[in-house]
Amino acid sequence: MSKNNDITIINWIKFKWLYFAISAMLIVISIVSLAVNGVIIGLEFRGGSELTILSQQDLPVDNLRESIANEEIEVVSIQRSGEEQYMFRLGQVEENQKAKIIELITSENSDAVEQSFQIVGPSIGPELIKKTFFAVAIAAITILGWVAYQFKSIKFGVSAILAMLHDSFILIGSISVFGALYGAEVDFLFITAVLTTLSFSVHDTIVVFDRIREIQKGESDITKIANQAVTETMRRSIINSLTIIFMLAALVILGGVTIRWFAVSLLVGAVLGTYSSPFVAVPLLATWEKMTKK
Amino acid sequence: MSNFNRFLLIIFISVLALFFALPKSFKIGDQEINRNDINISFGNFAFFRSLDLKLGLDLQGGTHLLFDVDTSGLSEAERESALASLKEVVSRRVNLYGVSEPNIQLASFEGKNRIIVELPGVDNPDEAIALVGRTAQLTFFELGGDEASPSAIPTDLTGSDVKSAQVVFDNVSAKPAVSIEFTTEGAVKFEEVTERNIGKAVPIVLDDQIISAPVVQDKISGGSAQISGDFTIDEADNLAIQINGGALPAPMSLVEQSTIGPSLGKESIDKSVQAGVFGIVIVAVFMILMYGKLGVVADVGLLLFTIYTLALYKLIPVVLTLPGIAGFLLSVGMAVDSNILIFERFREEIRDGVSREFALERGFGRAWDSIRDANIATLVTAFVLANPFNWSFLHTSGPVRGFAVTLALGIMISLFTGVFVSRTLLRLTVKDKKLKNEQK
Repeated sequence: MSKNNDITIINWIKFKWLYFAISAMLIVISIVSLAVNGVIIGLEFRGGSELTILSQQDLPVDNLRESIANEEIEVVSIQRSGEEQYMFRLGQVEENQKAKIIELITSENSDAVEQSFQIVGPSIGPELIKKTFFAVAIAAITILGWVAYQFKSIKFGVSAILAMLHDSFILIGSISVFGALYGAEVDFLFITAVLTTLSFSVHDTIVVFDRIREIQKGESDITKIANQAVTETMRRSIINSLTIIFMLAALVILGGVTIRWFAVSLLVGAVLGTYSSPFVAVPLLATWEKMTKK
Repeated sequence: MSNFNRFLLIIFISVLALFFALPKSFKIGDQEINRNDINISFGNFAFFRSLDLKLGLDLQGGTHLLFDVDTSGLSEAERESALASLKEVVSRRVNLYGVSEPNIQLASFEGKNRIIVELPGVDNPDEAIALVGRTAQLTFFELGGDEASPSAIPTDLTGSDVKSAQVVFDNVSAKPAVSIEFTTEGAVKFEEVTERNIGKAVPIVLDDQIISAPVVQDKISGGSAQISGDFTIDEADNLAIQINGGALPAPMSLVEQSTIGPSLGKESIDKSVQAGVFGIVIVAVFMILMYGKLGVVADVGLLLFTIYTLALYKLIPVVLTLPGIAGFLLSVGMAVDSNILIFERFREEIRDGVSREFALERGFGRAWDSIRDANIATLVTAFVLANPFNWSFLHTSGPVRGFAVTLALGIMISLFTGVFVSRTLLRLTVKDKKLKNEQK
């Protein structure tokens, strides 16, 4: 019995323009949403202050917004964030102003209690963004180098990195959409989710590339190689992403409120990371190889 | 090493890891089991680890403060020692406040110097800010009153009269000592103080606490003095740092503050832990449905992975935060992936018609390339994000680092469980019905 007698190699690469179109569409949606809606920036990056209040009875949010603004404190938003929980997003607040705000709230409803309070100076946000950017840039360059070295070709490295950037960009686009629809924020947990997606995406791509490298030893037509590699790794890709999806879906559905958007971002990232290996990285590589062979 | 010996080694490691991983007290039936923390010491070697998992502020509640340190009044050379001293001063204050396991860290970025203070369990930040944030006060005292009721009287010699302090070695005894250099004005004051107090102690007080009480041997003029005594190098170092803390005052201003109430995370964490356990159970069942007996082996590997991870978290120790949990989950995913890769290769080999044992070895060999390359790439990312060399242009603290550390640990453990452990267990499980014929 020779190898692959009982699996049919599917001509995945034939539909590469479809995959490129899907990716292009997702990227365009992301760009449009980012341009139109932007993202809701979390406290860590925005600077300002955030006060969480627990109150068993409903708080008159509109009245409070007005009375706090009358104290010349900037009110970014007041939101019900849980069963009995209210989130006050405010501008820079001095310690004595905070006491005043709590007084205003308790005058509306005496059982309201302060649960958490945060102040972030305006200089911190840009600093965190810069550091994260440096970290991602260094990680990306190192991965590019490693993949290019390991697969003896810069094309492998660049394709893997492009797929990785594709995933993270669409993830950022989707948080923009979720922000517009459900108020999801870009906070530090989201940044962690983007980093997770970066790692996961490359991890997943390398598995497929590894198969390409193996098949390359006996075959020279890149389209055939790519098709065979994608076919042979498809089962593994699906099973693997299912295990991750089960895990994260449990967190999204059953997990606490504080990590809900984090879990959603991880889930979106995991789906993108798995999708992009056979449908972005491999078609890119195959197209590029073909173009340079001509 | 024969496969059986490997199996024994795995059992040994697992039992050891389980010892660390189990909570400090737990119940079996009606019996409650309490364990002591690890506390080993012989000679100079001391090792202490609590068997409690350390939780970050976002999980257990507490106060996080970030101060900007104004070093503009100091020269380049003084800056570093001023910052080290400031850290020491802040630590002392926090210890006085009675916080267990505070975290005090210096961070600098693009010329800005910062000090991070994390106080677990403190939910009244105003008091903490007032205590931690003030500028250090160093004063030399002299003793007054009589022998029966001695009293300490502050002199006009203070931290601003001290230029710097450093560790030196005594010319005669060659023992470590601390030399203090005074400013011109300070030198005059110090001369007067020493003249008045020959044969008496001159307590040096930092933030209302006596840090040293040297006895004046003689009147000292010229603006430099030496405190000698039975110091170890560490003690002398510490004293110099403390004196510098008062001598090189660097005012701090609060730029970030956050307080997480103990109840905020609580409910959310309980739910998330339940969800996590539920998720893992689904994955375990799914693996058995997909791979049968092999799936059971993968699940055992996953269980061992969790035990090893918990044990290492406690031994290192790793402070667990929400992003840290994300790193852990990602590594669980990758650990499962290693198994899936091996099983899929195994299936392919079986389909090629070779014996099960041979298929297993070949499957491992082939899967290993993918597992290695993929995990190294992830490890590289984790390494950059964890910033082990404390490069100031990358994150030196906070969530990104928490994520990277658990991810890196997870990958390393998963390489061990996914490859060494799974392989050993599979070799015990996968046996050919017929005689071993094609084995390598």
